[in-house]
Amino acid sequence: MNPMSRRTLMGVTAAAAVAAMVGCGKKEEPAPQAAAPAPASAPAPAPAPEPLKAAWVYLGPVGDGGWTFAHDQGRKAVEAEFGDKVKTTFVEKVPESADAERVIRDLAAQGNKIIFTTSFGYMEPTLKVAAEFPDVKFEHATGYKMAPNMRVYDTRFYQDAYLSGMIAGAMTKSNTLGFVGSFPIPEVLRNINAFTLGAQSVNPKVKTKVVWISTWFDPPKEAEAAQSLINAGADVLIQNTDSSAVLQTADKNGKFAFGWDSDMSEVAPKAHLASNMVYWGPYYKKAVKDVMDGTWKSERSVWGYKEGANGVIKINDAVPEEIKKKVAEVKEGYKAGTMDPFKGPIVDNTGKERLPKDEMPTQEWKDKVDFYVKGVEGKVPTGK
Amino acid sequence: MDQLALLIAATLASGTPLAIAGLGLLINEKAGVLNLGAEGIMLVAAIAGFAAAFSTGSDTMAFIAGAGAGALLAAAFGVLVIWLNTNQYATGLAVSLFGYGFSAFVGVSYVGQKLSERTPFEVPGLAQIPFIGPALFRHHPMVYIAVLLILAAMWFLYRSRAGLVLRAVGESPESAHALGYKVRWIRLLAVVAGGALCGVAGAFLSVVYAPLWVEGLVAGRGWIALALTTFATWRPLRVLFGAYLFGGVTMAQFALQGAGVEISSQVLAMLPYLATVVVLAIISRNPTWIRINMPASLGKPFHPGA
Repeated sequence: MNPMSRRTLMGVTAAAAVAAMVGCGKKEEPAPQAAAPAPASAPAPAPAPEPLKAAWVYLGPVGDGGWTFAHDQGRKAVEAEFGDKVKTTFVEKVPESADAERVIRDLAAQGNKIIFTTSFGYMEPTLKVAAEFPDVKFEHATGYKMAPNMRVYDTRFYQDAYLSGMIAGAMTKSNTLGFVGSFPIPEVLRNINAFTLGAQSVNPKVKTKVVWISTWFDPPKEAEAAQSLINAGADVLIQNTDSSAVLQTADKNGKFAFGWDSDMSEVAPKAHLASNMVYWGPYYKKAVKDVMDGTWKSERSVWGYKEGANGVIKINDAVPEEIKKKVAEVKEGYKAGTMDPFKGPIVDNTGKERLPKDEMPTQEWKDKVDFYVKGVEGKVPTGK
Repeated sequence: MDQLALLIAATLASGTPLAIAGLGLLINEKAGVLNLGAEGIMLVAAIAGFAAAFSTGSDTMAFIAGAGAGALLAAAFGVLVIWLNTNQYATGLAVSLFGYGFSAFVGVSYVGQKLSERTPFEVPGLAQIPFIGPALFRHHPMVYIAVLLILAAMWFLYRSRAGLVLRAVGESPESAHALGYKVRWIRLLAVVAGGALCGVAGAFLSVVYAPLWVEGLVAGRGWIALALTTFATWRPLRVLFGAYLFGGVTMAQFALQGAGVEISSQVLAMLPYLATVVVLAIISRNPTWIRINMPASLGKPFHPGA
């Protein structure tokens, strides 16, 4: 054998091995409660019921301090609630590609009775696998396609964004807010609009500048976008991206910003005005319980403050007391169902009325938000 | 006017890591070794630098750690491709993937950690000049060091004997070998130096630019630096120019968005790549020049005595 070709082969094999290594790592975590015998001895004569197997599919690593971290907190809440009655598994860093389908099918074949797929891009693979395993329940986050054994869930992040807007409106001196956006999809547009409406509710002079970075995660780019917003005069920033880079850039410039998806107050205590939280725990507990009780049915759940799925926390001491009080009032309104950030009238930034006065928006209306409200500068990118 | 000054300042900061990494890769390639592992090397150096800055609070230590980590990983790559003659492309890709996974693995406990308070940098006196001060003289020292490194590399490559030997090794390793130069050792030195520079760039990203650590922090800048080297036809000054151009267009498109200009953000996001490729392709359009500047043995293994 020619040594060159053997060595070339070695190189390629090494590359493949490394690729496999950095691919998804699968971890099983037994329920933390030590009260029950280990699951391995479950088939013993003891009449202990078989634990319900539940699995999660994650987009990022659980240590991302953002989206996936929040989902994993939800999984831990399920463990804490049901103890040895559940056995949870997760697979992290699953790309939104053909790999996802393989991972989901694996999990279903291993006897998991309920599987949560926690990113929008898992919609099609989940749908496909759901058709093959009719007695397994599938739960897909943030999507819209359903099947008899597959349902979708989401949270009302815009409720947080509105509250952050109120804080931002009170804290800005330049009356210019900055928003670092990922992709112009309804979810993000809702957050931009809610943030702006919240700010206007306490400070009508406020305007919002938006910069899109076309990625969910690129910390240096997030920092660059934040810097450009600050250069353009914005003094309170918020981001719909996944790292704390925007907050840190604001800190460096002596401006304010918010935490997103997780508590970022430690990162920059002076610049941090509040953190916008999402709690998946309450929904995960309900979903698992539905399966246990046999009451699971295919439907769409969008949870917010009322259900304990969102929260603005760790509000900075520099925020005036009266604003904190107003924020608390709006929170109560969310819980009572009397308050909605998009309660009419909603006028877009070309002057067109999108929702008449005093009308409450329907879920369908919210799903189709494709405009900026009055006070946001520029035009929604359409790709045309 | 102030806006323009800030835009220039942001451009210089944004271009600096690309220029340093691009220069490192240029030195590699001038010796005939193509290192596709830049992204992984930058990631490993970024976490090494962040960890060093976190525990010592010193930027200098961070850059030393970053350069050391980069040099070490590059040395491993160098031994593989230079002595064991593994395929440079496959090995480089492996290093990239390894660097991604390894940095994520060792960096887990640093996610969300905060570096100690940073003091803003100012060049005494000059920083107070209106317009020029905020644009040019309020940067981290590494921004100026990057320019000096580029100038030093130009002198080294084209004015010094050692640089001539390095280029000879990249052009015709057989001739250099016949003249008695230790081709493999010279290549290894170039690879290690290139890795150290990529490491400095990685540490700059995590310690000065972001400044934070998360998995995948470098986000493709290693690949951009690789492309930059090629499009700059292996000329140090053009690498610097290309890096600033890329940084400048990136920042300009954000500024345009912030100003509410009605161009789709997808088109704007594409602009930095497009502008850099087009401009560098135009200034480097002379095919003879490309042939002269491109190291003739780039990517090819060398067997002494073969």
